[in-house]
Amino acid sequence: MLIAFFFCLRKHGLKTSITELMDLLAALERQVVFADVEAFYHLARLTLVKDESQFDRFDRAFAEYFEGVEQVDLADAIPEDWLRRSLQRQLSDEDKAKLQSLGGLDELLKAFKERLQEQQERHAGGNKWIGTGGSSPFGAYGYHPEGIRIGQDGSNARRAVKVWDKREFRDLDSDSELNNRSMQLALRKLRKFARTGSAEELDLDATIRATSQKAGLLDLKWQAERHNAVKVLMLFDVGGSMDDYIYECQQLFGAARNEFKHLEFYYFHNCVYEHVWQANERRFSEKLPTRELINKYGRDYKLIFVGDATMGPYEIAYPGGSVEHWNEEAGAIWMQRLLNHFSQAAWLNPQPQEHWQWHHSIDMVHELMAGRMYPMTLDGISQAITTLQRTTSAK
Amino acid sequence: MQFSSTSSYIVADELALAVNAAVTLEKPLLIKGEPGTGKTKLAEELAASLGVPLLRWQIKSTTKAQQGLYEYDAVSRLRDSQLGSDKVHDISNYIKPGKLWQAFTAAERPVLLIDEIDKADIEFPNDLLHELDQMEFHVYETGEQISAKQRPIVIITSNNEKELPDAFLRRCFFHYINFPDADTLSAIVRVHFPDIQKELLQTALEVFFDVRKLPNLKKKPSTSELIDWLKLLLVESISPQQLKESDGLMPMFGALLKNEQDVQLVEKLAFMSRRRGS
Repeated sequence: MLIAFFFCLRKHGLKTSITELMDLLAALERQVVFADVEAFYHLARLTLVKDESQFDRFDRAFAEYFEGVEQVDLADAIPEDWLRRSLQRQLSDEDKAKLQSLGGLDELLKAFKERLQEQQERHAGGNKWIGTGGSSPFGAYGYHPEGIRIGQDGSNARRAVKVWDKREFRDLDSDSELNNRSMQLALRKLRKFARTGSAEELDLDATIRATSQKAGLLDLKWQAERHNAVKVLMLFDVGGSMDDYIYECQQLFGAARNEFKHLEFYYFHNCVYEHVWQANERRFSEKLPTRELINKYGRDYKLIFVGDATMGPYEIAYPGGSVEHWNEEAGAIWMQRLLNHFSQAAWLNPQPQEHWQWHHSIDMVHELMAGRMYPMTLDGISQAITTLQRTTSAK
Repeated sequence: MQFSSTSSYIVADELALAVNAAVTLEKPLLIKGEPGTGKTKLAEELAASLGVPLLRWQIKSTTKAQQGLYEYDAVSRLRDSQLGSDKVHDISNYIKPGKLWQAFTAAERPVLLIDEIDKADIEFPNDLLHELDQMEFHVYETGEQISAKQRPIVIITSNNEKELPDAFLRRCFFHYINFPDADTLSAIVRVHFPDIQKELLQTALEVFFDVRKLPNLKKKPSTSELIDWLKLLLVESISPQQLKESDGLMPMFGALLKNEQDVQLVEKLAFMSRRRGS
């Protein structure tokens, strides 16, 4: 059951597991929803997707799989025992007796299917949908229209398709560009490496507890040091081609501000040279020599560059290549110095990744960073954070 | 049983479906959504509509999974032993059942609310995997095995501060409460203020959605803020005209905007639109 649907979801990159599929099947068997595509959509999402940032993918997968399903003969598609059980549940004893006189449930089901077929055809022909009451033999037995809901399903499906075609969770998809909320979500992952290390600190509470448990015999307990003071140094590229990404950078900056107690930030233009600065309006008067930056902040700072790395190759490779001033040493040398000092580093690039190949300078920076350049999307930030995490544990 | 809107709580169809599915299949239901969209209220209303007790386990950053099971009060045992109390010989005198224990052994199937699970340490959900899956745990001190008489209805809320582990998520159903649309919202308001003037409600909702639409708001006002704001409007008996004609900030803006920068932003925008209008 639903195996093809399951694989369709996996194809769209959803990490749905077999246990979750089983849950969905169990829910269907318990008749949580019955022959209503929209309700099925919600149930499937409830059981199979556990992260709202994946909802959009689910919508797309659902649309792909169910394109055309609405035209399928539902009466055939629904396993007969589901129908039967549902009908039986809704019939009173009296109804059942009456039913027997009319040839039993099988006959009724057959008639029901025929009717369903007929109505779907009529509907498809463009006539107004004929209500299931009145002329329907089912109505005559007086059972709740719940069972006949199948008859409405054609129209339901058509309406329901819109639910996933709306794709209202698009904003939350990991691949899409960042907005405020999703940015916060992504940066929150940085908290993960806040609690690591070996147990070296005396845990007073636990020691007292353990000692009391042993009726006064001293029992020392140790705990890991809390490393929740993650230190982050951010270098932002400003001006020129970065103007297009001001909004994204603001969002990232705001989110980072909220997230880290130890956040230091400086600006540079296009590539890092001998100076960085902290206030753009005073960029020529109050500069900090990059060498001092290296001396001032320890190796435990994590260095995050934010820039589009889109410039002339000579701006990176040659002395005097800067567009703003005469630089004695090439940008690449300064980059290398920074990276030698801050071994935990990553570069976030707001340029869409598809465009990277068109800029030679991006290749060069990518190489300088030893491949640690990531797009400024939710996924990109997560990857960058994983990289930062990896270099931590390697130490 | 079918959970649906009550006289004091409006529930969207999808949410009702989610709750019913979770209740039928006895799976924990994880609820996420913007703050103030009624995540916690859901559990309260569910318990009320089923007529069963609600056990609320409020998670804080210091909460440990063990505290939900039971706590062994070793210190008071130590004290009792020094005072020579007889209680000290029975260890079970010092075992304090936690919320999960209470939920497992309750006489009727209760609703267990694990509120704001994301506030706890990142390992917290992992420590509860087995307990929520099998609904049983072992008490080491007494050698007792506590297993659920009947599986409680478990509602878990999260504000997305931390990511929850995959293994935990796989054991839950997941529902994301979307912000309600205008129709649902006015239905919600009418539940809280049955006598509210139609005109006032409409104007207030317009203002409210306008504010929500503003880009770059630090904290978007949500349903609970709207309710608070309307309450103030009613108390101060502000007329729809006053609301419409208010220059700059809306009256009682403090209930809607919780951030200085947001207040400034709204003020600035109102100022600009006024200039454009004149």
